Amino acid sequence: MKHTLVALMEDRPGVLSRVITLFRRRNFNIDSISVGHTETEGISRMTLVVDGSKPIVEQVTKQLYKVINVRKVSDVTEDQTVDRELALIKISAKPSNRTEIMQIVDIFRAKVVDVAPTSLMVEVTGPEDKVDSFLNLLRPYGIKEMVRTGKVCMVRGSIATREMTGAPASNGRSNGKNGD
Amino acid sequence: MKLNGSRIVAQSLVEEGVKVIFGIPGGAIMPFYDVLPEFPIHHVLARHEQGAAHMADGYGRATRDVGVCCATSGPGAINLVSGIATAYLDSSPLVAITANVPTPLIGKDAFQECDITGITIPVTKHNYLVERVQDIARVMKEAFYLARTGRPGPVLVDIPKDVLMAETVFSYPKSVDLPGYNPTVRGNMAQIRKAAALIKEARRPVILAGQGVLISHAERELLQLAETTGIPVITTLLGISSFPESHPLSFGLVGLHGMAYANYAVHDSDLIVAIGMRFDDRATGKMEEFAPNAKVVHIDIDPAEIGKNIRVTVPIVGDVKNVLEQLNREVAPADHAAWIDQICAWRMKHPATEVRPSEKLLPQLPIKTIYDVTKGEAIVVADVGQHQMWAAQLYWFNEPNTFITSGGMGTMGFSLPAAIGVKMARPEKEVWVVVGDGSLQMTVQELATAVQEKVDIKIALINNFCLGMVRQLQDFFYEKNYVATPLSGPDWVKLADAYGIPALRANRPEQVRSVVEEARRIQGPVLIDFQVETEENVYPMVVPGKSLGEVMVK
Repeated sequence: MKHTLVALMEDRPGVLSRVITLFRRRNFNIDSISVGHTETEGISRMTLVVDGSKPIVEQVTKQLYKVINVRKVSDVTEDQTVDRELALIKISAKPSNRTEIMQIVDIFRAKVVDVAPTSLMVEVTGPEDKVDSFLNLLRPYGIKEMVRTGKVCMVRGSIATREMTGAPASNGRSNGKNGD
Repeated sequence: MKLNGSRIVAQSLVEEGVKVIFGIPGGAIMPFYDVLPEFPIHHVLARHEQGAAHMADGYGRATRDVGVCCATSGPGAINLVSGIATAYLDSSPLVAITANVPTPLIGKDAFQECDITGITIPVTKHNYLVERVQDIARVMKEAFYLARTGRPGPVLVDIPKDVLMAETVFSYPKSVDLPGYNPTVRGNMAQIRKAAALIKEARRPVILAGQGVLISHAERELLQLAETTGIPVITTLLGISSFPESHPLSFGLVGLHGMAYANYAVHDSDLIVAIGMRFDDRATGKMEEFAPNAKVVHIDIDPAEIGKNIRVTVPIVGDVKNVLEQLNREVAPADHAAWIDQICAWRMKHPATEVRPSEKLLPQLPIKTIYDVTKGEAIVVADVGQHQMWAAQLYWFNEPNTFITSGGMGTMGFSLPAAIGVKMARPEKEVWVVVGDGSLQMTVQELATAVQEKVDIKIALINNFCLGMVRQLQDFFYEKNYVATPLSGPDWVKLADAYGIPALRANRPEQVRSVVEEARRIQGPVLIDFQVETEENVYPMVVPGKSLGEVMVK
């Protein structure tokens, strides 16, 4: 099963490489990673999609906590979240089918961000499955180039992730959010 | 007071109470060596940086405080890696200081440049590349704090040469600010009560004691728990010496070459109280069939160890000493006479390894003789291989931290340099190295260090003219196809002589006792070349893919 983890870590040289090395060393299967700044200066936020059973995801969480520069890890899989991914797609487009493509773009509330004689560049945001279906519909026209950011997400409601209680999982079944 | 980076490093070591460091100089680290004589720190010149790391590791394990090693950039730093990894797998507190090329040359493939922080990420608890002289004092403070607290481990501090030479005002921080590091040291009381309830219900309980007991100085608390509850104690390899082996509740070593009765007891138990250990595959045998009927209480300071290999019924995260103190207040006196009778019956049937009578010099005999002659009171530093297992089986330890060996990483060449560190940490103790001819060859150059430092260690070379453990596996699983295991020489007596070390030789059983006694009479390092039978295998053995209950006794 796929789990989504959110990790807050110090924004310092080498921290990313510590975390990435950890995944390789522990043989964790990571589907996607995206990293960026947060509301707090000096803290960056990593959203991870991990494929694995509950004990494996628990190990990922605990091992992440062992990285000294990692401040907080939350498994938000079972929370109500807003999930977003952004993709830029360059599609082959002839004058004859350009309108057709534009209609698909409209339906998905995507945006044309560049037009060239034989291609269009489109920007789409949304949950992963929306981006997937959008890509599937565009594929027959010929995708020349594509880039996806990987998923980012945020838990709904007024509580911020950094305020969620919980130390490193201390009772063996915790996911890091509800540790003893 | 303004100091340069080198003096800040040295003064930080003094602030941390460091009296001895192990290392080798080189281009980049010369500014540090240049100022070292100004400080009350004794430097031990190793002959290979791996040796320096093992010395610091040995020093750390003997004192349960931080050992320090240092090396220059590039190859010097890289040579430390085997030693750092060894310390990492065995949770040994170590601070490694390396110099790097000057900052402007970093990334330019300069002479003797390497990314040692990148290389050591997977084998350190944490590491630092110090970019500004103002950061050195803070980093040193943090490095020692991380190395010795929580689950101990190695920390590497890499400092470019220009940073060592730059100046700043020095003041050593009183505390550390590490918001991402907060080891849980007290056990959760609800969990401890659950554990006490399981202990009360259990009919066939065992305690599995690991090195965490020694790291946490919890030997007395363990003794109290065992004696109150009447639960038999079995140790892991690194847990040896955490519980007196002469105690009636001591039932030896678990795992691959553990005693048959210890393995049967763990396999048949209905409760395992695992204390400061990590269910290493060498201890568990086939994990899916490990102790199939047992509930497991797992006490460890590292939450990531809990549930990593074995499913746990009651996890307790905390420092072993604290948790055992808490647990001891919750448990009631009990006795498990029937269960202990059962284990004793197994022991009658398959006793601990003994040296069988033989006209040949069997490899077990020197180890048993050293045990007899030293009355079990020496510190034994064992290397890696057959001799290591025989040392674990035949030498019975009663005092904490007296058996020191590379368990997790199984690094051949560990024992000689580690013993140098051990002896310097505990000069009052008799220190014996038990080492094979394959292992000794890997760090043999440290004989020179032992001589230069006049380190009084006795080296028992169990010389079977082959890589014995590999040969044993070839015997079992590769139809005696002895590829690349026979070893030809050197003449160890001549070699020791060349290093200036008195050497003795024994190749018949009746010579063993007298050479051991003679070695003890000689001041300073001595090597004994015990030329032993080659075709001798270590038993009991849990072969790969088998459970502990299927241990092979011969």
